[in-house]
Amino acid sequence: MSEVKNVLSLHGISKFFPGVKALDNVSFDIRPGEVHALVGENGAGKSTLMKILAGLYNPDQGNIIHQDKHVKIRNPLEARTRGILLIHQELSLSPELSVAENIYLGAWPTNFFGVLKKRKLNKDSLIALSAMGCDFGPKVRVGSLSIAKRQMVEIARAQAFNANVVIFDEPTASLTDTEKEQLFNTIRELKARDVGIVYISHKMDEIFEIADRITVLRDGTVQGTVHTKDTNINLITKMMIGRELNTFFTRANSEIGSEVLRVEKLCRKGEFENVSFSIKSGEVLGLYGLIGAGRSEVAETIFGVRKADSGKIAWMEKEINFPTPRQAIDMGLCLAPESRKEQGLVLNMSGKNNVTLPHLVKYSNYTVMDWRRELATFEKYREVLDIKTTGADQEVVQLSGGNQQKFVLAKWLCNEPDLLILDEPTRGIDVGSKSAIHALIAGLAEQGLAVIVISSEMPEVLGVSHRILTMSEGRLNGEFSGMEMTESNLINAVSQHLEQTA
Amino acid sequence: MIGEKALKGFFKRNGLLLAFAFFLAVTALNAPAFLTVGNILDVLRQVSIVGTIAIGVTFVVITGRFDLSVGSGLTLLTVIVVDQNNIVGPLGAIIMAIFGGLMVGVWNGLLIGYLKFNALIVTLAMLSLLQGLTLWYSGGANVNVHNAQTTWYAFFGRGDLFGVPVPVWILLVGGAIASFALMKTRFGRSVFSVGGNETTSKFSGINAPKIVLFAYIISGFATACAAIIMGSRVMGAQSTIGQGYELNVLAGIILGGTSLLGGSGSIWRTIVGVAMLGFIQNALLLMGFPYYIQWLVTWVVIILAVWIDLAAKRGKILT
Repeated sequence: MSEVKNVLSLHGISKFFPGVKALDNVSFDIRPGEVHALVGENGAGKSTLMKILAGLYNPDQGNIIHQDKHVKIRNPLEARTRGILLIHQELSLSPELSVAENIYLGAWPTNFFGVLKKRKLNKDSLIALSAMGCDFGPKVRVGSLSIAKRQMVEIARAQAFNANVVIFDEPTASLTDTEKEQLFNTIRELKARDVGIVYISHKMDEIFEIADRITVLRDGTVQGTVHTKDTNINLITKMMIGRELNTFFTRANSEIGSEVLRVEKLCRKGEFENVSFSIKSGEVLGLYGLIGAGRSEVAETIFGVRKADSGKIAWMEKEINFPTPRQAIDMGLCLAPESRKEQGLVLNMSGKNNVTLPHLVKYSNYTVMDWRRELATFEKYREVLDIKTTGADQEVVQLSGGNQQKFVLAKWLCNEPDLLILDEPTRGIDVGSKSAIHALIAGLAEQGLAVIVISSEMPEVLGVSHRILTMSEGRLNGEFSGMEMTESNLINAVSQHLEQTA
Repeated sequence: MIGEKALKGFFKRNGLLLAFAFFLAVTALNAPAFLTVGNILDVLRQVSIVGTIAIGVTFVVITGRFDLSVGSGLTLLTVIVVDQNNIVGPLGAIIMAIFGGLMVGVWNGLLIGYLKFNALIVTLAMLSLLQGLTLWYSGGANVNVHNAQTTWYAFFGRGDLFGVPVPVWILLVGGAIASFALMKTRFGRSVFSVGGNETTSKFSGINAPKIVLFAYIISGFATACAAIIMGSRVMGAQSTIGQGYELNVLAGIILGGTSLLGGSGSIWRTIVGVAMLGFIQNALLLMGFPYYIQWLVTWVVIILAVWIDLAAKRGKILT
């Protein structure tokens, strides 16, 4: 190691969030002229690490050494001044400005009076663009370019600012095959100029095509760094998910009853197509897929927050019209949405009022709220779910993620639903609350509830489900039950489809 | 030491009220007429119009929206109620004013709630529309109630009940009903929910557009009530009679501490805020300042109120 010089290295980086250790003693280095891939499941700590490199987060412990100097990267501007550039998954360009203006965004060359030196701006940008082999000029409005070309504009910043480290976050997510090849050529060019590259992706085939070394993260710790030529997809996958299962999880031991919900050929343009499945009472159905696969969109369409373009839905074996959220709740179909802060809770409302919010009619007499019954329900679920709160009037904004999530659950459980859809029920919450929620899911199924668990955490899906559907790019592409429910089957199902369409 | 934290919290929560009490004391010393029963009732009667409107607008503000059309709504409805007194009589005039107020609310509410148009723009456009309708209706002329000395219509603006002016009764009784609706009913809970987080409300099966529509209808109804009081008090109207009321209403609401971001607030806070503004303006007049000073002071008071609100959230007075 010592004979190779690193352009950037991290030593013993830790980062804590309330209740979660996002990164635990992580060490990671980037050499000039190499592509270093960073892989791991969702929640493994990749994005936290990336945000530390880009100056968006500050680490709680550890050192960063950049070009042989101890440094602190306090904000994104500082990262850029040091030559560390992050290419976001969602691009950070202003569509109304020209290519040149975007390349130098925030660092425009101006004269004494603050007037933009347009000629210099365009000339410098042209140099950067042509070095990357771009076929468009600096004066074009960014909004008129394709996604791939916009990405080139971002990368041109690397050229313009003489970057020495460039971080790519899922860069091929919205690119076609040829565009991907073009991107890889650009990456190779950056490599040839001794730029250190961090490449974050879920797509194994790409990683093995472009990366020199691979670092695997799991649960905020580094599982190992290996040379690409010394390893293979299976080994990497094992490092990513190799955790002992069945220790945390309790699978419901329930009697599977009659069909509760069936959807057929559900379509919503641009989001998902031909989604068909059914679920029976007492069953826990896992829905596995990466973020952006269309899982939440399917759930929200069934619940009525989004409108289906076409398809059929049957409830209790009777075909019905697609419900509104109100109708869904009243017939016993509930959705605990993906984002508890934006969709699940009214943060500046009390816990009690959040719990009864979807059931105002039930908890009122002639439109006047019955606070005694509200309080009784609150106290009941506070005890059942072991919610830590100072009382019925405490605003939920003051609670930890785990306790907030329990309030989201209480909100739906007090309706005694027949089908509960849980979208990422344990994201970002501590281990204790996590296993409490897993046990709760099992308990509910044993009482005859049908539960759909949407998750991008494979151990969770494998641990709690009776049956698993896999989804990628808006389609269901696999169904597994019993002995077929294995990590490799799920990974294969999800990535197989990626390869077909790539 | 134990009391210190509690004391600090008390000051933080009630800083504005304490400052107001201090202001009252200073004014009372400088202008002996200030703290007389006559003057106090006079001020209350004066703020009853702004206050009645503010009760309605508070619902709109808690949903996280605005209503800037109440000032010109007040103008149009007052002109109508005064003029129609001579044509269809007091009862018919009152019914027409209330119907007009509800219609304004329905239009604002449909555009903002269901079509999701920006509340600021929609109600600003409504302000213009109502001003135009006023001029069209009255031709720019002043209107008067012909039998001002004998009509029972005088009760709403000029009457007394147990020694307290009727407009003040309307403010207090209306406030009590509105407060009950806001704090104790399904609708009130939904109003807070929509203002606190509209997406969550949608995911909880709450019909947010309908709640917004009703909030604007209440605002329109409150404006009509205020117009009835105004017409009765003045027994006349011209096309500028409600000018600037939207600003005073908003100032009172902000002063009461209702957040413009939505999701929090109360009717009593609004009434206290409106009363504070009224007393401040009255005191300035009694101390002999020229009329225009009121406008300048309104600015100071709004900025101060917003600052204190922000400071309480950040936990310190200066960042």
